[in-house]
This record gives sequence, C-alpha cells and structure tokens, in this order.
Amino acid sequence: MTVPCPYARFSGLPATVISISVNGECREFEAPLNCAELIARLDLGGKRVAIERNGEIVPRSQFPGQALLDGDRLEIVVAVGGG
Amino acid sequence: MKPHENLDPLTIGGKAYASRLLVGTGKYKDFAETKAAIEASGARIVTVAIRRTNIGQNPNEPSLLDYIPPNRFTLLPNTAGCYNAEDAVRTLRLARELLDGHELVKLEVLGDPRTLFPNMVETISAATTLVKEGFKVMVYTSDDPIIAKQLEDIGCVAVMPLASLIGSGMGILNPWNLQIIIENAKVPVLVDAGVGTASDAAIAMELGCDGVLMNTAIAAAKNPVLMASAMRKAVEAGREAFLAGRMPKKLYSAAPSSPATGLITPSGAKTG
Repeated sequence: MTVPCPYARFSGLPATVISISVNGECREFEAPLNCAELIARLDLGGKRVAIERNGEIVPRSQFPGQALLDGDRLEIVVAVGGG
Repeated sequence: MKPHENLDPLTIGGKAYASRLLVGTGKYKDFAETKAAIEASGARIVTVAIRRTNIGQNPNEPSLLDYIPPNRFTLLPNTAGCYNAEDAVRTLRLARELLDGHELVKLEVLGDPRTLFPNMVETISAATTLVKEGFKVMVYTSDDPIIAKQLEDIGCVAVMPLASLIGSGMGILNPWNLQIIIENAKVPVLVDAGVGTASDAAIAMELGCDGVLMNTAIAAAKNPVLMASAMRKAVEAGREAFLAGRMPKKLYSAAPSSPATGLITPSGAKTG
C-alpha cells in the first residue's frame, strides 16, 4: 500500500491513461475517471463500499464528483464476517 | 414476553438494546449458517470486519450485509487485524462511511499475531483520536483495571476486557480483575474474547458484566446454531442470577431447607 504507483508520464503511456493503486495493486485506467466510474469499471456497482483516497475518506455522495488523478492510492473496502 | 427484552435492556452510548449477548460474524461455514446462528443468539449488536474488496470477483456474489441487513441489526465494525493506532483509526473512518455515518464501533489494536494480546498503548492512542472524532467507542482491553478506567476516562462508551485470549475458549481466567473493573466502571463492561461454552458466559454475567461479546465459541462449536441458542440462555440466566443476588457461600449449613420440627420421629439425632 505504501508503494506509490508509477506515474504515467514516466512510464511512456499515453497521457489519457492514468495509473492508480487500488487496494495495493497498480492498475491503469483511461482518463478522465471519477470514483463512481471507477466503481462501475471494477464491477462493484450496487455493492456497499467505502473509498479512501490518498488517506482521506471520499464520501459516497462525492463519488461522481471526485476526479481521480494519476498516482492516486485508493482503498476500497466492504464489510465481511469478523469478531 | 421475555422479561429483559423490555425491562432490562443493555444501554450503550445512550441507546438501549434488547440483548446482552453480542456476536461476531466470522468463521462460519457460509452466510446462511452465520444468519441462522445470529438469529438463534438473539443478538441485536453484531460485529463485522472491514476488508479490501475482492476486485474481479463475480459481481453477483452475495455479501454479508445481504444476510445481516443493517436495518435489522446494529452493526459493530471492528478493527481486528490492526496492529497500530493509525490503521485502526483509518479502518473505522472507512467503516463509518460504509455504514452511513454509524458511530458505534469496536476498537481493538492487537500487539502480537501469535497470542492476539491487545496493545494497550496503541489502543489508548486510537481511542483518544476516535472519541475526538465523534465515534462511540466500545474498546477491547486487557483485564487491567487501571487501563480500563483510563479508557473510560478518555470517553469510551463501553470497556470490554478479555476473559482469556481471542479464540482460545479458555473461559474466565481472572474473575477478580473483572470484578474490580466492574466495580470501578461507570460505563458498561462487556467480556470480549475467551468465552468457550455457555457456563463461561453465565459466569461473566453473574460477576456483574453488562454483556458478553463472542464469536469463536459459537462459530467453532460442532453445532453453531444450537450453541448460539445456549449462549442466549446462558447470558439471560447469568444476568437474572446477578440481579437476583446469589446466596452467600458457606462451608456447610446448620439450617436445612425443610422444617426441623414436626418430624414423625421427634429429635432426629437419636442415641442408642
């Protein structure tokens, strides 16, 4: 999780592709991309999830407005069984 | 009507709950068994863990919350698996967002993966931050009465000392410490961790605990649903015994329960 994503401009990718760390795994997406679109692209639509972006909570109401940037670190969590 | 469902609720953070048994949702065979056990336990507060979502899994895969809906149970997100204050705080901020602003949380910061002993220095640090941020913190703690009091003073809404180590099923190893914690506390005291079977839960309640939280004792039983039902009864029985006030222990009694007079053979102790 602490490993930063390589920035697209250093990786020779087209400028419209951004590299984002999702749950510790680096992934590439076409930009522009907001949190709501990311959820849809990851097939998480309709699931109850919470997102932390670069250490800050993204309120669910702000998912459509939060544009993701190259190098962002995201944590996407759900509730699972536990004691 | 079950007497305590209305007359003797467990009040935490200003809200009353009809059951004094709190249960976890981990280690079950599947969600159907989780649900059946929770129904049998009668619990109103149910713990959940917060974890990274599996990306790329079948989008139609059922999720825990389909079986344990937040409108029927008070979900208590925990910080299980966190070994420092920062991770615990981040996890609960995510949980609050996940559960629509829900403030009641279970804080546990572990110190050692082998024993799962809590790290109380990190726990106190996390509790301080969380209380400032408006969380209602139910806190897992060692059974140290001084630490338990400090956690209460920070503003935790319940202190939850271990009976024995998480998942050990060893029962209540130090009833004397628990008694001191209960005596000192102005917030509810719940035994969290270590209960192995129904009598352990009953003993915790007889000691004066306000509730018991357990997961493995139910989930790891051969028949989890039946054990959940046993635990419900044990917590209720222990609570009633505590409220009733037990008789004092005596080595022997010179006062039998049946009348000493009116025997067909007067003066039971005969000579010759």
